[in-house]
Amino acid sequence: MNRYPVWKFAIIVIALLLGVVYTLPNFFGEAPAVQVSSSKISAKVDAATLARVEDALKAANVPPAAVALEGASIKARFESTEQQLKAKDAIQKALIPEGTENGYVVALNLLSRSPAWLTSLHAAPMYLGLDLRGGVHFMLQVDMKAALTQKTDSLAGDIRTTLREKDVRHGGIARNGQNIEIRVRDQAQLDAARRVLADQFADLQTVDAAEGGEFKLTATIKPEAARRVQEQALKQNITTLHNRINELGVAEPVIQQQGLDRIVVQLPGVQDTAKAKDILGRTATLEVRLVDESSEARSAEQTNGMVPFGSERYLERNGQPVIVKKQVILTGDNLTDAQPGFDSQTQEPVVNLSLDGKGARIFKDVTRENIGKRMAILLFEKGKGEVVTAPVIRSEIGGGRVQISGRMTTSEANDTALLLRAGSLAAPMEIIEERTIGPSLGAENIAKGFNSVTWGFLVIAAFMCIYYMVFGLFSSISLAVNLLLLVAVLSMLQATLTLPGMAAMALALGMAIDSNVLINERVREELRLGATPQAAIHTGYDRAWATIFDSNITTLIAGVALLAFGSGPVRGFAVVHCLGILTSMFSAVFFSRGLVNLWYGRQKKLKSVSIGTVWRPDGAAPVSRTEDKA
Amino acid sequence: MEFFKIRKDIPFMKHALIFNVISFVTFLLAVFFLFSRGLHLSVEFTGGTVMEVSYSQPADLTQVRGVVSGLGYNDVQVQNFGTARDVMIRLPAQKGVSSAQQSDKLMVALKAQNAEATLRRTEFVGPQVGEELAADGLKALAFVVAGIMLYLAVRFEWKFSVAAIIANLHDVIIILGFFAFFQWEFSLAVLAAVLAVLGYSVNESVVIFDRIRENFRRYRKMNTIEIIDNAITSTISRTIITHGSTQIMVLSMLLFGGETLHYFAMALTIGILFGIYSSVFVAAAIAMWLGIQREDLIKAAPKKDEDPDDPNSGAVV
Repeated sequence: MNRYPVWKFAIIVIALLLGVVYTLPNFFGEAPAVQVSSSKISAKVDAATLARVEDALKAANVPPAAVALEGASIKARFESTEQQLKAKDAIQKALIPEGTENGYVVALNLLSRSPAWLTSLHAAPMYLGLDLRGGVHFMLQVDMKAALTQKTDSLAGDIRTTLREKDVRHGGIARNGQNIEIRVRDQAQLDAARRVLADQFADLQTVDAAEGGEFKLTATIKPEAARRVQEQALKQNITTLHNRINELGVAEPVIQQQGLDRIVVQLPGVQDTAKAKDILGRTATLEVRLVDESSEARSAEQTNGMVPFGSERYLERNGQPVIVKKQVILTGDNLTDAQPGFDSQTQEPVVNLSLDGKGARIFKDVTRENIGKRMAILLFEKGKGEVVTAPVIRSEIGGGRVQISGRMTTSEANDTALLLRAGSLAAPMEIIEERTIGPSLGAENIAKGFNSVTWGFLVIAAFMCIYYMVFGLFSSISLAVNLLLLVAVLSMLQATLTLPGMAAMALALGMAIDSNVLINERVREELRLGATPQAAIHTGYDRAWATIFDSNITTLIAGVALLAFGSGPVRGFAVVHCLGILTSMFSAVFFSRGLVNLWYGRQKKLKSVSIGTVWRPDGAAPVSRTEDKA
Repeated sequence: MEFFKIRKDIPFMKHALIFNVISFVTFLLAVFFLFSRGLHLSVEFTGGTVMEVSYSQPADLTQVRGVVSGLGYNDVQVQNFGTARDVMIRLPAQKGVSSAQQSDKLMVALKAQNAEATLRRTEFVGPQVGEELAADGLKALAFVVAGIMLYLAVRFEWKFSVAAIIANLHDVIIILGFFAFFQWEFSLAVLAAVLAVLGYSVNESVVIFDRIRENFRRYRKMNTIEIIDNAITSTISRTIITHGSTQIMVLSMLLFGGETLHYFAMALTIGILFGIYSSVFVAAAIAMWLGIQREDLIKAAPKKDEDPDDPNSGAVV
C-alpha cells in the first residue's frame, strides 16, 4: 500500500535533476566582465566587432578568460577586477574614438562563471535585486496633465491654421485648461467650424455653448484620444530614458512602465546617483536649420577646412560632416509627432512629421523660398549636436505635414522617427521614489540572508532528526529539496531576489516543515491507536494531506494579496513566499512520501518504523521504536 | 523523544471564558496604544528621505545632528543603525526640493565635517507614493481577510471562518499594538510579515477545525465541547512543534539578518507566539460561542474518503 508507481519516482527524479541543474549556476559565482552592446542601429555588434574587441584586448595585453558574442552583445570575462577595468579602457578606445559617439556602449558587468553547457540550457544564477548587488532605483512620475496640455496647445494651433485654410471666420481660439474655446460670430460660422473640426480632427469632441449672445464652440480631446496621448507620452519618455541610460554604460538597466503614468528605472552597479539623476533629468532639443550651400561651405564639408561665418559643422549619424547655418528655423517644440511610414507613390520608407500651427506656417514659408536646397534636422543633447537627417527640399510644404524621404531602409525610418520623437521628453517627469544601495551593503545583505537561512535550516534539521528519527531525516531531506527547488524555480524564472525575498525563503522553510510535522504527528498518532506501521504511514499521509492543503491555501491567499497589492520590497517577499508554498507542497508531501515508500514500502512484514517515541496514554510502558510491535 | 504525554483531553473549553477575557483585554490594550501612541511609520509610508552613512570610526551623533540642523532641518532623526559606525538620518519630505538635492547637499556637508563618511544607502519616497502604499497595504489586508473567510466558509462553514478571522485579526492588532507601544519602525517589510503571519496562523485554526470536523464524524457520542477539547489536545503537540520550527527560522533571522530584517523578524515572532495562543484558545472558543454543531459539518462529509487505498486521494493540486 505504500508503493509508488514508477512514474511517480520518475517525476521525483526529473524534478530533482532539473532542480540541481538550475540551482548549479548559483554556486559558480560571478566573474568581472566587460559588455559591449549597441544603442543605435548603425552600430552593429557582430562577428566583426568581436574581432575588433579581441584585437584591442590583445594589443592592450589583457587576455580575457572568455569572449563571446551573445545575442546582440559581446561579453568578455576576466580574472580580476583590475584586468576588467584595463580591458574596458582598451575596448572603449578601440570602438569609440575619442570625442565621438557612435552608438557603442561599453559597460562593466558581472557574469556568471558557470560552464557553457549550463548557460546553453538557459540555466542562470538568481537575479539579484538592487539591495543585494548595489545600485540605484528610481521611480519617476510622468506629468500626464502637462502632456495633455501640450497636446491641446498644439491642437489649438492646428485648428487656427485649418480654419483659416477653410475660410471659417472666428473671433479667437484659446486654450482654457484642457479645453479649446473657439468664438464665432453667428450660427452659420459655428456650424462651419464644427464641420471642419469633425472632418479634420478625429481626436476632438465639440460642445456648443451660447454665452450671452456670443457663439462659442468648446472642443476637448476625446477620452480615448487622451489615453493614446498619455500612452505615447509614457512610451516616448521610456525610449528617451533608454537612450540616455545607454550613455551611462550600465550593463543591465531596467526601464519599465509601472501603472499608467510611472516609470521604474533600475541601474544595478551604478553608484554615482548624482550623475544618474542628472542624465535622467536632462532635456534634449530638436532643431531644424538650413544647410549652408555656399561654395566655401561645400569645400569645408569635403576637406574639413574652415567653416564659413554664420555656419557650424555637425556630423551626420554615419559620420559625414554637414555644414549648417546657425539660424534656427524650428525647434522640437513645434514638432507634434513623427511616425515611420511609406510614400504613397514610390513605396519608399519615409518618416512623417506633424508640426503644430506655428511650425507649419514657418515651414511653409521656408520651404517655398528654398526649393532644391537641403534642410538639416539636428538633435542636441548635453550641448552636443548631431544631424539626424538632411534631406533636399523638393517643393513647398504646407499644412504642417512633412515627409522626410531619401534612401532610407524601413528600420532606418523607424529609427529616425523614434529619435525625433524620443529626442526630448514628451512630458516632464519627477522622481518620486529613489533608493541607492552601496555595493558593500549589498554583499553584507547577501551574507545576512544566507546566514539566516543556513542556521535556521541546520537547527530545524537537527531537531527533526532527533525528535522523529528516520522520519525526521526524511523530513529534513524534503526540506533541503524544498530549498533546492525554490532556488531552482527562482533561477529559472529569473525572478528578482531581494533581502525580503531571502527572508521569505527562510520563512518558507520554517513553514514548510509544518507539513512534515503534521504528517509525522499523524503517523505517530495512528501508531498510538494501534495501527500497523504500513497502515499508519498510509493513513497518516492521507489524513494530513487534507489539512496541509487547507492550511497552505490560506497562506497562499495572503501571499497572493501581497503580490497583488505589494510593491518594491513587499513584492520581492511575496514572490518567494508564494513559490515556497508551492514547492513545499511537492517536497513535503509528494517527495517525502516517495522517500518513505522507498524505505519502508517494500518491506511486507514491517514490524516498526523509526519515528521517535510513540507514547501511549493507556499506562503501558512508552513504546519506543524497537519495542513497537503493534 | 516525545514532549507531549497527555493522558486525557485537556478541558480547554471549560476555561474558554477566561481566555476570551484575556484576549479581549490584550486586544483593547493594543487598540489603546495604537490610538494613543500611533505607529512609528517608516519613510515608505510617510514620504521623505532616509540616508545611511557609514564612518570608519564610531560616529559622533551630536556632530552629525549639528551638521544636519546646520542645513536648516528641524524635525530630523539621527540614530545609530546596527553598529556604532553606521548612522541613519531621516529627513522629512520638503516641497520644492528634490530628494536628489536633499541627499547630495547633506552628503557634501557630512563629508566636509568628516571626510570618511560614505553613503551606504539612500531611500527617498515621495509623499504621494507613501499614501498609496498605505492604501495598498489596507487593500491587501482586506483581500487576505475576505479571501480567507471565503475559503474557510466554503471548505468548512461560516461560523469557522468568522471565528478564524476574528482570532487572527486579533493577532494582527496585537502585533500592531506592540509596534505602537515600543515605537518600533513599521515598514513595508513589517507589513509583509504581518500579512504572512495572518495567513500562517490561520493555518493553525484550520488544523484544529479540520480535527473538529473529523471528530464530529468519528465520535458520534461526544458533545461539541468534548470534541473541541479532543481536537485541540490531539493537535497541540503539532501546534507547538511547527510553531517552534518556524520560530527557529525567525530567530535565526533575528540573530543573523541584521538591522534590515530585525523588525520583520520581530513582527513574525510576536505573530507566531500570539498565533498559537489565539488559534488554540480563541478561535475554537469563538466557534463554540457561535454554536457549531455536528450538522454544520457532516453535509460535506461524503466528498471525502472516496477511495482510501488510492495514494492520490485528496491530491487536488
